[in-house]
Amino acid sequence: MGEQTFLRGGHPRRRGDFLERLLRGLLDAMDHAADAERLAAGPGLLQRLDPRIKTLGLLALVVTAVFVKSLVALALLFVCATALALASGITLRRLAGQVWIGVLLFTGVLAVPAIVLVPGDAVAVVPLLDWTITRQGLRGAAFLIGRAQTAATFALLVMLTTPWPQVLKALRSLGVPLILVAILGMTHRYIFVLLESSVQLFEAKRSRVMGPLPGPQRRRLAMASVVVLLERSLQLATEVHLAMIARGYRGEVHLLDELRTRPRDWLALAGLLSIAAVAIGWPWLPAIGDRG
Amino acid sequence: MPATAAHPHTAAAFELVDVHYAYQDIPALNGVSLRIPTGQCIALLGANGSGKSTLLRLLAALCFPDRGRLAAFGEELSDERMQQESLAYAFRRRVGLVFQNPDVQLFNPTVFDELAFGPLQLGWTREEILRCVDAMLAEFSLADLKHRSPHRLSGGEKKRVALACVLITRPEVLLLDEPTAALDPRSQGEVVRCLAGCRGSGRTVVTATHNLDIVAEIADYCFVLQAGRLVAQGTSTDILGDGALLRATQLLHAHWHVHADGLAHTHDHRHHVAAGEPL
Repeated sequence: MGEQTFLRGGHPRRRGDFLERLLRGLLDAMDHAADAERLAAGPGLLQRLDPRIKTLGLLALVVTAVFVKSLVALALLFVCATALALASGITLRRLAGQVWIGVLLFTGVLAVPAIVLVPGDAVAVVPLLDWTITRQGLRGAAFLIGRAQTAATFALLVMLTTPWPQVLKALRSLGVPLILVAILGMTHRYIFVLLESSVQLFEAKRSRVMGPLPGPQRRRLAMASVVVLLERSLQLATEVHLAMIARGYRGEVHLLDELRTRPRDWLALAGLLSIAAVAIGWPWLPAIGDRG
Repeated sequence: MPATAAHPHTAAAFELVDVHYAYQDIPALNGVSLRIPTGQCIALLGANGSGKSTLLRLLAALCFPDRGRLAAFGEELSDERMQQESLAYAFRRRVGLVFQNPDVQLFNPTVFDELAFGPLQLGWTREEILRCVDAMLAEFSLADLKHRSPHRLSGGEKKRVALACVLITRPEVLLLDEPTAALDPRSQGEVVRCLAGCRGSGRTVVTATHNLDIVAEIADYCFVLQAGRLVAQGTSTDILGDGALLRATQLLHAHWHVHADGLAHTHDHRHHVAAGEPL
């Protein structure tokens, strides 16, 4: 209980730090989303393109990154993604923070064991453990990490350079069913509702916490908070949806400025598809492809 | 209770006959019958949990009666019928709802987008939207907030944006759920002035409130709800003058206090403290 732990002392600083960090993290996430909206509406190479063309072109590159059979071509795609990001005002720091580190950690867990588990030509031996690192293992790990990094970077480029309603509109224009686009739109809004609810919930909790709670009680409270948070945010999201219906929303995406495709958009699409074609055709291009 | 109304000869904007509605097992409306004539400013009065908000949602066709009949502009409303594109469009074009909590109503990245949302759904032209958004921003003193995120605004500003983004489509019927809840006196005054301006304009306004201080200014006629039932109706003057009714429906409560000279007495105290507002 609060008063019990208050009398006992405990670790108020540690607990306070956790809640502070959590709240700061949630607020940062909201700021980050607002920042992404600003970036999408700002100047930049990709921001100037028709969202449909951009989505189509970058989607083609995502697919290419998944199916490409050459490491050189994959590296080329990765460099291309990075160059497009820089030309669109997205910093390397942002890319690293939002994609590269996370993807590296996630795929690294899967890829690193492959270095020694995949049989093949020995390249080196891990000292003390006597595990053999194979060429095929290294190649597999490089492909896994490279594909994930490149595909995720291209996907992020679409999101960071296109206002969300335009992404939805582009998806509709590309034939994605209305129900899927409506679900995507609702999911996007639900994330913000969830974030806002979390901030309110943790602020309310912080204002009522007198001191540290024992571990089991803290965990129980945390679990209860999660349930309340989900319930509350679901209710809020439903209310938001009703408010949208009340203002005429029927699932379709409407924009103030209708999307228009100009010659430069077609040129950009041709450029992006050419990159995809070169990457796919790399092993068959004479003399310059790596065939390993 | 039979369907009755303030002006039986005027065409009805809404007509409810023996309407029942429940949230799962919890009844919210229990046999409500009423008629809201077009062009009237109506107040739905009742304490918390009396069914005001549910009634507004029914009028906005966001939910439908479990039992009974609900009609708007002479057309019966039901879930199935509202699936028809043409009926839904016509209805949303004519009826606007301002929610009690502006946070649920504001979901766009900027105030501009928020105001443009409704007209976009209704297929207005770009020029018309830009013109109307600018006009509404000026009318509601929101021009400086045009590019701000609605979530970063103060409570009063949010409420003004919520009101503006419904009024921009010029609905014939305006439904408001506790429009002055959690607002400071200045913001309350602005909202009340706006609603008072609707009187006599031909627009039908239905305001759910338990703030009796604003009723005389914004409503010609009142319906009083208690525990999901319609318990009284009449002109604002009649209802506000009926202390016994207001006490029975918990819109007034006896307030006891001691003066500095030591004399103690009780008098009626209007129940207008919004949920969550400090006492």
